[in-house]
Formats: sequence, C-alpha cells, structure tokens
Amino acid sequence: MNTTARMPHADAAPSGHAPVAAPRPFTGGTGRPRRGPRSRQWTAWGFLLPVVAYLAAFYAYPLYRNADLSLRDYTVRSFVQGGAPFSGLANYRKVFADPTFVPALEHTVLFTAVSLFFQYAAGLALAVFFNHHFRLSTTLRALFLVPWLLPLIVSASTWSWMLNSDSGVVNAALGWWGAGPVDWLTSPSWSLVSVTLANVWIGVPFNLVLLYSGLQTIPGSLYEAAALDGTNAWQRFWRVTFPLLRPVSAITLLLGLVYTLKVFDIIWIMTKGGPSDSSTTFATWSYRLGFGDLLPQFGPGAAVGNLLVLIALVFGLLHIRAQRKQTDS
Amino acid sequence: MSPRALPTTVHHVPARRPRPTRRGTRWRTALGVLLTAVMLFPVYWMVNVSFTRDQDMRRSPPNLFPVHGTLQGYREVLDQQMPYLGTSLVVGVGTVLVTVALAAPAGFALAVLRPYGGRVLSFLMLVAQMIPGIIMAMGFYAIYLDLGFLQSTVGLIIADSTLAVPFAVLVFTAFMSRLPRELVQAAKTDGAGTVRTFWSIVLPMSRNSVVTVSLFAFLWSWSDFVFAGTLDGGGAHRPITLGIYHYIGNNNQEWNAIMATAVVASLPAALILVLAQRYVAAGVTAGAVKD
Repeated sequence: MNTTARMPHADAAPSGHAPVAAPRPFTGGTGRPRRGPRSRQWTAWGFLLPVVAYLAAFYAYPLYRNADLSLRDYTVRSFVQGGAPFSGLANYRKVFADPTFVPALEHTVLFTAVSLFFQYAAGLALAVFFNHHFRLSTTLRALFLVPWLLPLIVSASTWSWMLNSDSGVVNAALGWWGAGPVDWLTSPSWSLVSVTLANVWIGVPFNLVLLYSGLQTIPGSLYEAAALDGTNAWQRFWRVTFPLLRPVSAITLLLGLVYTLKVFDIIWIMTKGGPSDSSTTFATWSYRLGFGDLLPQFGPGAAVGNLLVLIALVFGLLHIRAQRKQTDS
Repeated sequence: MSPRALPTTVHHVPARRPRPTRRGTRWRTALGVLLTAVMLFPVYWMVNVSFTRDQDMRRSPPNLFPVHGTLQGYREVLDQQMPYLGTSLVVGVGTVLVTVALAAPAGFALAVLRPYGGRVLSFLMLVAQMIPGIIMAMGFYAIYLDLGFLQSTVGLIIADSTLAVPFAVLVFTAFMSRLPRELVQAAKTDGAGTVRTFWSIVLPMSRNSVVTVSLFAFLWSWSDFVFAGTLDGGGAHRPITLGIYHYIGNNNQEWNAIMATAVVASLPAALILVLAQRYVAAGVTAGAVKD
C-alpha cells in the first residue's frame, strides 16, 4: 500500500528541512517498488525481520494454537499435559447443536446492527453539526472523544451503576418523568438493550472523527453552488453531503462492524452475557466456554472464536476492497 | 478525491465556507454545549459517585451533586490500588517500547526501501487488526501455559503489544512514505548507510508519528482487560483494569471506591486529551483511512 507517488509532497516536511541538493531526479514516482540491487532487498528485509518474526510468533502461532484447540478433544488434564485426541470437526458440530448457538447468533447480529446504526447516525449528525465553525466548536469536538478514550472497564462499570435497578440515576430520571423503574441489567428483555446503549455511547466519537474528516474533503464551493440553486439545508445534506460521503461512510461502517463484532469487555463487565444468555454474543460465549466456567471447554470455546474470526475476516476483506476503491478513485 | 486523512498531519484543512455571522453561531455554541453535556453525563456521574458518602449511595433519588462530598473512595484507592496502577504503568511503557522498536524500522522499510513482498506484509497488518482479542487470548493462554509465562508482566507486555503493532506499522508506513525522497537520496550521497539514514534522518523527522503510535499503544495496553483477565488472572502484578474488575466483584457496595478507582484509571486518557488531542484525532483516522 505504498502510494507515495500519489501523495502530495508539499505537506510532507517542514520547508526548513528541504534538501539543499537533489542530485538525481525523484525516482519513486511510478507507484511500483523500485528495483534495486539485491543487497537493497536484503537490507529492507533486515529492517522487516523483527516484525515478521513477531507476527509469526505472536499472531500466527496463537492463531494456529487456537485452530488446533478447536480440532481436538481437550480436557483440563490434556490441556496441561498434552496428548488430546484429534476429533475433527466435532467441536464445531457441538457448537452448532448447542442451544446457545441460535440466541448468540441473534444477539450478535442485533447488537452489531443496532450499535452501528445509532453510532453512525449520531456520529454523522454531530459531524455535520461540528462542520459549521462556531465558538468552542474545536474544544467541544475534542471533549466528544472522551468516551472513546476511557478504558472500557471504566465506561462499563459506570454504566452498570447508572443502570442499577434500585439506585441507578437512569431509573431515578425515569421516576421524575413518571415512568416505572426498569431492570436494565437483570431482566432478560432489557439486558441486550442496555449493553447496546453503552456500546453506542462508546462508538459515537469514532464515527464522529472519521465522518468529520470526510466532511473536510467536500469542497465548500459545492455547497455554495447548491445554495445558489435555492436548495435548503436538508436538501443540501441529502444531495451533496451524503452522496459525497459515501466512500467514507462505507469505511466507517465496515470498520465499526469489525470492531463491534469483537466487543467483549463491555458486555462481560455489565451482564456477563446474562441473565440466562439474554445478552450473550459469540464473543462472550467463546470467553465463557474457555475461561468463564469452573470446567473450561477449550475446544468448543476455540471453535466459537474461530467462527468469529471468519466473520470478521469476510467483512475485513470487504473493508480493504472499499478502501482500495476509494484510493483508486 | 479521496479523504485520505493523513495520520500525522497536524494542520487543519481550513473550511472554505463563508464565515457565518456572530449571531448565527451563538445558538450553535449553546446547542454544542448542551450536546456535549449530555454525552459526558456518564463521566460526570462517575466523578459524582466517587465523592458520594456510603450512606448516600442508595439514596433515592440520588444526589445530582456531591453535596456531602467525601474523599473516602480516593483514600481507599491510595491504600489498595497503587500497586495495580504501578503495574499498568510498567506494562504501558513496556508496550510502547516494544511497539515502536518493532514498527518504526518496519515502516521505514515498507515506505522507503520498498522490498518485494512489502505490499503483502502491509495487507497482513490490516488483516491482523481484525482478529478479535479473545481469540488471541485463548491462543496466548495455551502457549503461556506451556512456557510457564502466565501471570508475568513481560508476558502481558507481549500480548498487549499485539493490539498496537500492526496499527503502528501502518501509521509509520503512511507517514514515512510522505517524507521527501530527495532527503534519503541526499543522505546517501553524503555517504550515510541505510541504518544511519533511518536513525539520524527519517526517525527524527517522524517524531509526530512516534507520538501518535506511543499514545495509542499506551492507552490500549492501559485499558486492556481481555489479556489481563485471561493471562494475568491471579497474579501479584495485576493491572488496574483487573483491580477495578475484582473490586466490583468483591465489595458490591462501595461504589464510591470503585468509581474513584475508575476516575484515577481515566487520568491517562484525560491527560492525553488535554496535551495531545491532535494526535488522537490523527490516530483515529489513521486507523481507518490508510493508504
């Protein structure tokens, strides 16, 4: 993804550091790797060696171990001592037949879709709002980053206490409006709503920042032209902003999707996936199988995890394609 | 045109839009303040609860302000949580060092030396970012169990660095490929070797991307709960995220202490926002809109 050639060079370096003499013309302008002598290749791979070794040891190998876990019949004993028998796809069959599978799938889809929709909608509205410069706009926009920067355990435990059935401020506020208290975290019909709410709150800043940076690239002259044609703000949004923002929107949503599929901390800290699986997603289910119970089921846990990796990869590849399309256009 | 938000560009693109009149912007400021207040209410609530006395904790309706403020919660943080904060600090700094040491040379190679196969490697970095942490945790657990590496600070640093290394390589690559090529050429003409070019010219000029990468590496490892929970469960050197988590489990009642810990655990994020906000926004976009 070397696109040096396509990058504007003007903004790359402070002018004070401009080279005094450039004896040879710029050679990197074709966008292709420069064919250097063989020693050059060796030097380059020398610089890459640490990271390649690192990826092999700390990405590829854990993933391989995980795949291995999912294909063997592990017990706690054989997990420690080794020698678990190969069992093919038995763990996967077990997972598919598990009564938790269908609810976990439903919750994963719901949690992801609803989170994405509200994060994106709120992020876009705020981005458009902050795109008009007004006093304090930069400061306020910076403050909007706070939820995204906080450790997830902090956000999740704060939301837990706010949503507490008896002493939470949310139920107190509902009480002022005359509505009855809701068992946000302890009722099976509300737990998924609660964790989704917290997740939307955490995800809005990310959407805001990305969409805001996308808005910066829409030339102001387009808006002026549209305004001259007598369009109102609403029409300008739907006819200028939204269509021109589509590539950025696609990337924001796909990336949000990959990140939301991964969400584990928030749900685990707030509800542990309960009560009775009502907020269990693939991520929390996989963790519970592997680590949550007294009797760990590493094989099925790893199998659920690998399903999650597969889903994430499919959308991840879509994301990379969208990105490439955007770069090419 | 592509909104290729540049990872370490610090200057803002000026909006070429007619400046609205003063009166037109006042209601926007008011609305902006209101929206920010709503958004940050949970943060305020955390601070409020951290100062609330035990006997007021279950009051209904709860006090909107800490009218009978107490520092009880913070005293307990000082008593009990300091070692955890120390561990988190060590793990965070360690993660930053590992990440920068691995990623900066790699970014240099991919951006400036551009070997065959570099594109494949960049692609793998993108893919690596999409693997869920719990899956990595399970693999790490199996490996660390074999190696006897569980509950070790070094083990946690290595695991946490996997959160940041692919991102860091991509940020460095994007930044370094925007440095003027003539610079590298000039260094070569002056007789500088590749290592020297990297160390004395490219790296100092990439200071901004080093800051961005370090901030995110620190923040991610500081906030990490998944690896801490799986790889460091019962150890003596637990990070602060586990400190809070076990707090919630053990004494359900002392929410002022829990929230005080949460406030303290949020301090790095707050500091970063105040001191280095531009790098944060740069990092968010860099993570998404890469070249």
